[in-house]
Amino acid sequence: MSAILIKNGRVIDPANGIDKIGDLLLDKGKIDKIAKNINAPAKKVIDAKGKWVTPGLVDIHTHLREPGFEYKETIESGAKAAAAGGFTSIACMANTDPVNDCASVTRHILDKAKSAPVNVYPVGAVTEGLKGKALANIGELAEAGVVALSDDGKCVTDGEIMRNAMDYASMFSLTILEHAEDTRLACGGSMNEGIVSNEMGIPGQPVAAEDVIIARDISLSEYLDVPVHFCHVSSASSVELIRSAKARGVKVTAEAAPHHFTLTDEACRGYDTNAKMAPPLRAEKDRLAIRRGLKDGTIDCIATDHAPHSEIEKELEFECAAFGIVGLETAVALSLALVHDGVLGPSGLIDSMTRKPAQIIGLDRGTLGTGKPADVTIIDPDMEWRVEPDRFISKSRNTPFAGWNVRGRAVTTITNGKVVYAWENKTIT
Amino acid sequence: MTEKNLYHRHLVSMEDLSPDDVLQILQTAEVMKGVSEREVKKTPTLRGRTIINFFAEPSTRTRTSFEIAGKRLSADVINISASGSSLSKGESLKDMSHNFNAMNPDLLVVRHSKAGAPAQIAKWTGRLVVNAGDGRHEHPTQSLLDLMTIRDKKGSLDGLKVSIIGDIANSRVARSNLISMRKMGMSVTACGPATMLPVQIGRMADHVTTSLEEAVEGADIIMMLRIQTERLERTVFPNVREYARLFGLNSERMKKAKKNVLVLHPGPINQGIEISPDVVAGPWSVILDQVTNGVAVRMAVLYLLLGGGLNQS
Amino acid sequence: MSGPVSNSGSMDQPGSNVIMTATKLRQVITRIAHEIIEKNRDLDDLVIIGIVTRGSALAQRIAKELKTISGVTVPVGILDPTLYRDDFQQKGAVLEAKKTEISFSIMDKTVLLVDDVLFTGRTINAAITHIFDIGRPKRIQLVVLIDRGHRELPIRPDYCGKNVPTQYVEKIRVRFKECDGRNIVLSGPGDENQKTSHDD
Repeated sequence: MSAILIKNGRVIDPANGIDKIGDLLLDKGKIDKIAKNINAPAKKVIDAKGKWVTPGLVDIHTHLREPGFEYKETIESGAKAAAAGGFTSIACMANTDPVNDCASVTRHILDKAKSAPVNVYPVGAVTEGLKGKALANIGELAEAGVVALSDDGKCVTDGEIMRNAMDYASMFSLTILEHAEDTRLACGGSMNEGIVSNEMGIPGQPVAAEDVIIARDISLSEYLDVPVHFCHVSSASSVELIRSAKARGVKVTAEAAPHHFTLTDEACRGYDTNAKMAPPLRAEKDRLAIRRGLKDGTIDCIATDHAPHSEIEKELEFECAAFGIVGLETAVALSLALVHDGVLGPSGLIDSMTRKPAQIIGLDRGTLGTGKPADVTIIDPDMEWRVEPDRFISKSRNTPFAGWNVRGRAVTTITNGKVVYAWENKTIT
Repeated sequence: MTEKNLYHRHLVSMEDLSPDDVLQILQTAEVMKGVSEREVKKTPTLRGRTIINFFAEPSTRTRTSFEIAGKRLSADVINISASGSSLSKGESLKDMSHNFNAMNPDLLVVRHSKAGAPAQIAKWTGRLVVNAGDGRHEHPTQSLLDLMTIRDKKGSLDGLKVSIIGDIANSRVARSNLISMRKMGMSVTACGPATMLPVQIGRMADHVTTSLEEAVEGADIIMMLRIQTERLERTVFPNVREYARLFGLNSERMKKAKKNVLVLHPGPINQGIEISPDVVAGPWSVILDQVTNGVAVRMAVLYLLLGGGLNQS
Repeated sequence: MSGPVSNSGSMDQPGSNVIMTATKLRQVITRIAHEIIEKNRDLDDLVIIGIVTRGSALAQRIAKELKTISGVTVPVGILDPTLYRDDFQQKGAVLEAKKTEISFSIMDKTVLLVDDVLFTGRTINAAITHIFDIGRPKRIQLVVLIDRGHRELPIRPDYCGKNVPTQYVEKIRVRFKECDGRNIVLSGPGDENQKTSHDD
């Protein structure tokens, strides 16, 4: 009798077209069944009345900083933060120190991940040391268990390298997650180039720096007939490029980060380095285009780009500060705003945070289908709470949302049939 | 009186000042100019006050000007420059700010190569901060001395047509003046090569042109910006010679200008590049007046920001 | 007096008493001019410096009177002691500084320092310090229209129009036609907000 019975929730499972009030039974670490009324003996019964019962959320874009930068985050602290944010599966990027460009680093991460409260999937580097010059040991990485490849934090700027990487990675069915930023065009810019950067006197990077790489990769994907995924799409013009590529049947997918559909470059005013990230916060028309992209499916999924940094990297001159913000613990609330604002329906939102991201990196998760791993998130879509960085589970506090009053959060997170986070008593196991 | 009071306010951006604030500073600067013209160029006004001049970027003119201004008002002025500071030893700006704070200064004058550093120091220290130039952001006291120079010569500011010519995108002088001059009722034309005009410049200036002739003609004030030759050698412009040919102000081009036009330059000047020697020496040139007024304007700013109660802060 | 705190030109406060009428004011200035001539044999050595705003108006009138009586033109300058005040630390607001305009040398001259009302003596003290930054006069003599007492420094006038005992918070308002549209001296209750005004 190791079962968990979740009763009276609004069960949302986009993969199976389910959105109805009912009960969900988990047993032996698997989804047992969904039914209107289940009266099975259970070790733990959770009343989910008024809440959403969804597949465990999947974030295909996090930075866990281990190995190398454990003072910012560790696999353990990052995974706990993920659990607190409602995520049961997270992919972690390769820009650690050493870079995850060989099997030994991958194995190290997987080893640490064994004791983590959520599923942690390493992403391997595309190029050796993220230097953009030579391919990483992709075959070896595939064997060791990476789920995708990315130089994220950096762009694969050399077109020839990107072409070969895409071709080569396809042998292992690994998708490249591209951080689209032409570094020459971005020209050292610290924020979006526009009227705000102009007034602040901060060198900006134009949207074109993102667009040209997206256009290039679309061409490569189309030419090679190999998939490519775009991380954190931030510009209206990029959304349009992806939209037309998808209409032609090109195998491209894309993600958006909550901050890009929530904030604009206005947030940088006052030289708030917690509003500095790559790609940068853009203009209002870009923010709205991201929302439209999510609505019409041009953008497949939401990913946090959780990028923890300490004060040492952030409390600096704006131009010197590191790019990135933490996102795991605010993602659900910020994304639920899409539902509250009528951009997405509950099912559409959950799809973009579960099945679709899982699909992009080939995880057999993100659904409540019978027999699937018992990853479940219970969300209170209306709970009002205040973002207080000091109470983050993550080791880092770099968020531009400090002090925001937000609506909605994960209240219970279940990974592989085990409750790993519960809001009521705020415990993480 | 309160609405005119500048006491204990930061001067980080020209956005911080209302037109009345600007006029009060300019009027006070005239008084300060009187002090500088005397044999004993000193008043006891800021006796006992400590001003830290923190210059994390090389500067001779501005640093000297602030130093003289502080000393003429009897403040204790301490100069800390980047080379002699801990910044070169890897100490962060925030740590340094806390150290300044521990010295209990009444005001910090900050020059820094990165935009926003003075605003951040103000936030970190809670001290009064005057921006002496931050990256390509702003240089408010330079704008004030430009306004003083123009007002001295023209009698008033309202309605004057100004052309700012050069590397607008990278100029903090241009940025401060675009804000302040429009605030004071002047009409500002931004002129430079397309690669040196920032995106959406049309939202910051009244007119935008890439033609020097157009900018010169009809202007009451021509403000030339210093060209950083090292930037020309990159990719924004073919070379210095071509820059001088297309955007250099020379006496031939001045023939198209109004008779009573004024030519300003924030210095240091690249003679023969953005401006020719005969224009610098010409009757329209007020470049040295700018330097003189720099001290007066900075005295006025220090006086107005600090003049009130230490005890009340 | 100097500074933006005095509400010159506004209606006089209720309860004001007339200290000096226009006629009396004219007579007093004439008397002071005679005293100056008596005390200073050589008017060529004399210069007059009035403290802004009404001190300088009074200075002009005295110069005019001296010219009428003796035929000698005595140069007149204006001095603003604001930058020399000793009470910045006590003030929450910045005092508006005006320009000191003295276009003649005061070296080895007798300076007649002129102000309308003498109160604590601090303004005069600041003015004297200021004068010494301009040059070294042979001597300084102080002219005031009204001495209202309450001295905080060892300063006394050499020429005084009238001694008027006052309450500390009381206000003396000297009005000159050229500044205020009429010639009169009034006393009345002080405005609470103007207690720090430098009526000295």
